[in-house]
Amino acid sequence: MALKIVKGSIDRMFDKNLQDLVRGIRNHKEDEAKYISTCIDEIKQELKQDNIAVKANAVCKLTYLQMLGYDVSWAAFNIVEVMSSSKFTYKRIGYLAASQCFHEGTDVIMLTTNQIRKDLSSPNQYDTGVALTGLSCFVTPDLARDLANDIMTLMSHTKPYIRKKAVLIMYKVFLKYPESLRPAFPRLKEKLEDPDPGVQSAAVNVICELARRNPKNYLSLAPLFFKLMTSSTNNWVLIKIIKLFGALTPLEPRLGKKLIEPLTNLIHSTSAMSLLYECVNTVIAVLISLSSGMPNHSASIQLCVQKLRILIEDSDQNLKYLGLLAMSKILKTHPKSVQSHKDLILQCLDDKDESIRLRALDLLYGMVSKKNLMEIVKKLMLHVDKAEGTTYRDELLTKIIDICSQSNYQYITNFEWYISILVELTRLEGTRHGHLIASQMLDVAIRVKAIRGFAVAQMATLLDNAHLLTGNTQRNGICEVLYAAAWICGEFSEHLEDPMQTLEAMLRPKVATLPGHIQAVYVQNAAKLFATVLQKHEGETDSQAAQETSQLLIDRLPLFVQSANLEVQERASCILQLVKYIQKLQQKNVEVAEEVTALFAGELNPVAPKAQKKVPIPEGLDLDAWINEPPSESESEDEKPKVVFAKEEPKHYRSRHTEVDEKELARRREVRKQEQANNPFYIKASPSSQKVYDAPGVEHIPVVQIDLSVPLKVPGMPMSDQYLKLEEERRQKEKAERKKKEKKKKREKRGKGRKADSGPESEEDITPAHQVDIVTEEMPENALPSDDDDKDPNDPHKALDIDLDKPLADSEKLPVRTHRPEVLKSPAEDRDSKSVPQETKKKSSKEKKEKKKDKEKDRKRSKEEKKKKKKHKEVEEELLESQPEEAVQSEETKEAAAPPTSTSAEASDLDFWLSSAPVPPAAAQEVTAPSSAAAVDTSSAAAPESEPDEPKDTEPEDTKSSKHKKKKQKKEKEEKEKKKKKRHHHHHHHGDAGGEDSVQNGTVEEEEPLPPMSNYSLLAENSYIKMVYDIQGNHQDESKVVVSVIFENKSDSFLKSMEFNVLDSLNSKLQRPEGAGPHDGLTVPFQLPPGVSNEARFVFSVQSIVMPQKLKGTLTFIVKSDESSTHEKLDFKLHFTCTSYLITTPCYSDAYAKLLESGDLKGSSLRLEGINMPFHHLLARICFHHHFSVVERIDSCASMYSRSIQGHHVCLLVKTSDQTVSIDAKCDEPSLLGNVLDEIKQTFSKC
Amino acid sequence: MIKAILIFNNHGKPRMSKFYEHYTEDTEQQIIRETFHLVSKRDENVCNFLEGGLLIGGSENKLIYRHYATLYFVFCVDSSESELGILDLIQVFVETLDKCFENVCELDLIFHLDKVHNILAEMVMGGMVLETNMSEIITQVEAQGKMEKSERLQDVFVEFSHQDLLDFYNQMEMIQTQLTR
Repeated sequence: MALKIVKGSIDRMFDKNLQDLVRGIRNHKEDEAKYISTCIDEIKQELKQDNIAVKANAVCKLTYLQMLGYDVSWAAFNIVEVMSSSKFTYKRIGYLAASQCFHEGTDVIMLTTNQIRKDLSSPNQYDTGVALTGLSCFVTPDLARDLANDIMTLMSHTKPYIRKKAVLIMYKVFLKYPESLRPAFPRLKEKLEDPDPGVQSAAVNVICELARRNPKNYLSLAPLFFKLMTSSTNNWVLIKIIKLFGALTPLEPRLGKKLIEPLTNLIHSTSAMSLLYECVNTVIAVLISLSSGMPNHSASIQLCVQKLRILIEDSDQNLKYLGLLAMSKILKTHPKSVQSHKDLILQCLDDKDESIRLRALDLLYGMVSKKNLMEIVKKLMLHVDKAEGTTYRDELLTKIIDICSQSNYQYITNFEWYISILVELTRLEGTRHGHLIASQMLDVAIRVKAIRGFAVAQMATLLDNAHLLTGNTQRNGICEVLYAAAWICGEFSEHLEDPMQTLEAMLRPKVATLPGHIQAVYVQNAAKLFATVLQKHEGETDSQAAQETSQLLIDRLPLFVQSANLEVQERASCILQLVKYIQKLQQKNVEVAEEVTALFAGELNPVAPKAQKKVPIPEGLDLDAWINEPPSESESEDEKPKVVFAKEEPKHYRSRHTEVDEKELARRREVRKQEQANNPFYIKASPSSQKVYDAPGVEHIPVVQIDLSVPLKVPGMPMSDQYLKLEEERRQKEKAERKKKEKKKKREKRGKGRKADSGPESEEDITPAHQVDIVTEEMPENALPSDDDDKDPNDPHKALDIDLDKPLADSEKLPVRTHRPEVLKSPAEDRDSKSVPQETKKKSSKEKKEKKKDKEKDRKRSKEEKKKKKKHKEVEEELLESQPEEAVQSEETKEAAAPPTSTSAEASDLDFWLSSAPVPPAAAQEVTAPSSAAAVDTSSAAAPESEPDEPKDTEPEDTKSSKHKKKKQKKEKEEKEKKKKKRHHHHHHHGDAGGEDSVQNGTVEEEEPLPPMSNYSLLAENSYIKMVYDIQGNHQDESKVVVSVIFENKSDSFLKSMEFNVLDSLNSKLQRPEGAGPHDGLTVPFQLPPGVSNEARFVFSVQSIVMPQKLKGTLTFIVKSDESSTHEKLDFKLHFTCTSYLITTPCYSDAYAKLLESGDLKGSSLRLEGINMPFHHLLARICFHHHFSVVERIDSCASMYSRSIQGHHVCLLVKTSDQTVSIDAKCDEPSLLGNVLDEIKQTFSKC
Repeated sequence: MIKAILIFNNHGKPRMSKFYEHYTEDTEQQIIRETFHLVSKRDENVCNFLEGGLLIGGSENKLIYRHYATLYFVFCVDSSESELGILDLIQVFVETLDKCFENVCELDLIFHLDKVHNILAEMVMGGMVLETNMSEIITQVEAQGKMEKSERLQDVFVEFSHQDLLDFYNQMEMIQTQLTR
């Protein structure tokens, strides 16, 4: 040993350490890569040595090289070696390297499990700390599963240093292994009230992070957080909590009301800007969630806006930025309060900081009104001219368009102005957003009929001057507008003053240099223009001119026929042939104009972007089914689906309704208008398809140099600025006119087509210059109302959407001490895995007891703990040989079931906490009693065999606590503590009772030959009535199940007028008598004298049976005693398991074999560990609880069969050996099978 | 959540990088380059927040940075972190470095990358803020430093057996001959 160390030190004298490496790299600046590669060779040599110090040094150097971008994953195994050194120095180096370069794909990670577990339980807190830190960076699902329990134990470590790290890492564990969330959550919650502020902050951190993704599951923690918020002084914690409340308020507006006051207090009192800012943010979130604009909240808004103004005016750019950011949130709901600060925001537009300018731009979006739109846009246009970077300029461009087009062009009063703004924007150099401008042009021209004449004139000029746009190859983005221009000129050619000139412009040879999809539009629209020209000439009986036009086309089109672009080619040759034919007719003096125009007749309506998706699939149409037999594999790859047609968007718009009669059309439009009144759609001409283009040989275009410092003045193009003046004048004039008319009568205000105009009052006075008819979009009839805001299915947080108030099921225990459970086969190992959770749980309950003791004993405790750990190990070893103890297990199930009772009770507390109105005591009792009873019921439903004194136990306690509650918030703290004590008491009680209980409840009975079994499980129970239920499939009807409910009167009073009601789901519905509404309850056809029970049956119809389902319901009844009668109600949850859809059906073995051979069934399997019951008991249980029948049994192997009410076959092959039961199953419906297997597993985990 | 913490100098040379999500080495370098590109072109007196680059999370994330003399400290965070809070955290980080290295400068970070990582590990763990109290951080860092030192002393005081010494002597001789050759 000593020798090695000496050797090591000698070697090290010649090794480079990290410092030498860095120095070397710095000295070899010119050939760094070469130097590093020699260093890596050296490191490889060093790693081959046995000396751990040398290895650690090498790994340390690798960490540095990793930062420089070198892949060091080849050394992963050596890193593991260094990690497992007993010396802290080396261990730390190893863990650091691992945290930098290990990830889920690193295969050696699976070697580390035991090492990490050892480090986690190391007596040295820094070993543990380093392991936790490292693990937080490279935890994998496997590691998380295997170590979850160890980390959970660390959450109650004596040292706060370890506790806070353990708490924090739990978040990563949850992410990788979501099943651990529910078992670990109670302890995590406990840590919110840890005496150490660091641990507390860590717990807050984790819960905030969890709640941010799935806020609804954490609402019940609101009172606790509220308490923390009012008591904590740690700004960091406060910020987190306040942010969390911001996420919770949208779900519970009552919470918001409660928050406003303390938050405003904080805003007034705090000096920390970070806290102030977060408070303001959350107040805004609250106000948004309330959003009804209650009068007493306008003060809060004012306060926020005021504070934000201070932030924005601050010289600190950071505060300015954040102020603007928060302001934009207020803007969404309270635009008016922000609008008064327009000056400030416009000022920010001139800021030198681009981030701030961008934020200010965001704000402007919401600040425009009819009055100031032109002015603001003018200012922005100035900025566009000034802006240097293209990104910022592009941002400006999109913002201008956004601002103008928002809410269906609500703020535009003069569309001529808007068109000229768009035309001005086309002169931007090098913008990427040509398609955006183009789609706006198209949209406006299509939807605003009144503007078409003007738009067409503008577009014609654009086409005429196309060379200005396309001159420079760099500015190619902008030539997209030519697409729009050509299409508008063609489609609305009747508005053209000189169609002949435009036609000529569109057929210039230079057009051939444009991208293909634009050329295609040119060609197509040239044809439309041709039709118009023809008609015009024929109207004037100028056959000469008409023939010249035809000749022009015949001359020019061949250029396009040769185009490389298929679409252009096809269209051009089509039209060329057409024109040639027309020319022939013309020569015979036949009038053709009429027929040619008919080619392009038809009104065009915009289609909503989602319209296609919303078309319902007709019944009986299966889109996935093959129409013909699938083609053979040899199909060549190069025949990809052609995108050519997708490119030509506007063509597909053309929906011709000529075959639908006019009345029907009008009716549909009416319906549509009504439908859309609350739902303003934007048309999105999906420009994405226009982006794709190829420009063959653009380089050869003769470049026209333009001096761009001088704004272009294209003759005949009005400048947008002129409109500002014109508009001013017009408004003045209008005002004057109105003054005259004022006495006579109020005049009508707006254009008829406009809807939902919610601008400020004063704006109502401004009338648009045009009578504008904004055409709304088409939607298919009977469109599906579904709106798809699906979450990303890959989001890891989706898996954490777990109901935390549900009682813990037994199967949810954290796995302990198993490497990979599938490896577990030998019974000894199996016993090991079973026994340890019990052990740790036992320990934790002991710990809880210990907590009750005074803190003075802390020191003693740590010693004790050490001892206990030793003991723990011994016990563990013992257990390796011994059988699992039943008693411990039964204790544990109760342990698991107990905390949730309190949490669900807390859920009802939440309601109470939130409702600030005083409630008379009696009423309060009534309100809380049923809900707490229901809560208890769910827990006892999970463990139906547990003794019934538990619910009785909690109920009075709960009502008592609720009495305390309503007194005042002040008392809340005290009361919480009391409750906690009580809870502890609870545990205590169960811990003690556990030993005795095991004799009474089911566990012992199971030793008897065939245990009595009942399929009835508890539905709900309170002091008056108990309901148990069973669900059976119906042989006759494949969509019906029968629920039999036994009502038992537990009270001394007479129960009558019972009414049974269930909240239907889409899938399962209670069958009600004809004439009854879907929400009516069913009367139970009997009354119950004291102590009597009776059974009633209810029929449910179900559609899909592949998934289990829960239905909420209520039983209302009247309790009649001698003196009085009261109305009572009891909530329950009906659990339709998949098993309940199975019907015991006998099956002969040959039929069974045939079924298996058919190959239609899909397989799945299940393995149950630690089942020590006779095989026939096992089979009996499966048969009884899951409605199977045994087909054949040979020794410890049996085949079983069942059928679902919808005729799915379910086959099981059950084998047992040494307490391990393996079930191979086959079914034609895999998800049904999966659920049935889960339920079987659950049945056996209960016993 | 903090997605990444980067320290690089005025020329974009990385001095420390800590990613709390896995990227390949190449992507990491690209992220550092992109971040440097975004941050370095900003003036001194503009705000310290930036919308995230394309590589690391996109617009969902924010870059929050501070510039000290020759070094940029950049934190890439998502929306759950408070912007001003993170700015304070950077300040705490730098002050802690300053205390631990006694007037920290770029060279300290270059030569003691492991130590910088160890300090950071006491502040941020797995992308979540662990501790913001500077004295607590320093206490823990120093305690671990002490442990390291005591382990090093153990290395020196090893008792040698006779045979060991002989071997040692032989090896020295061998090395000497190698050197003179």
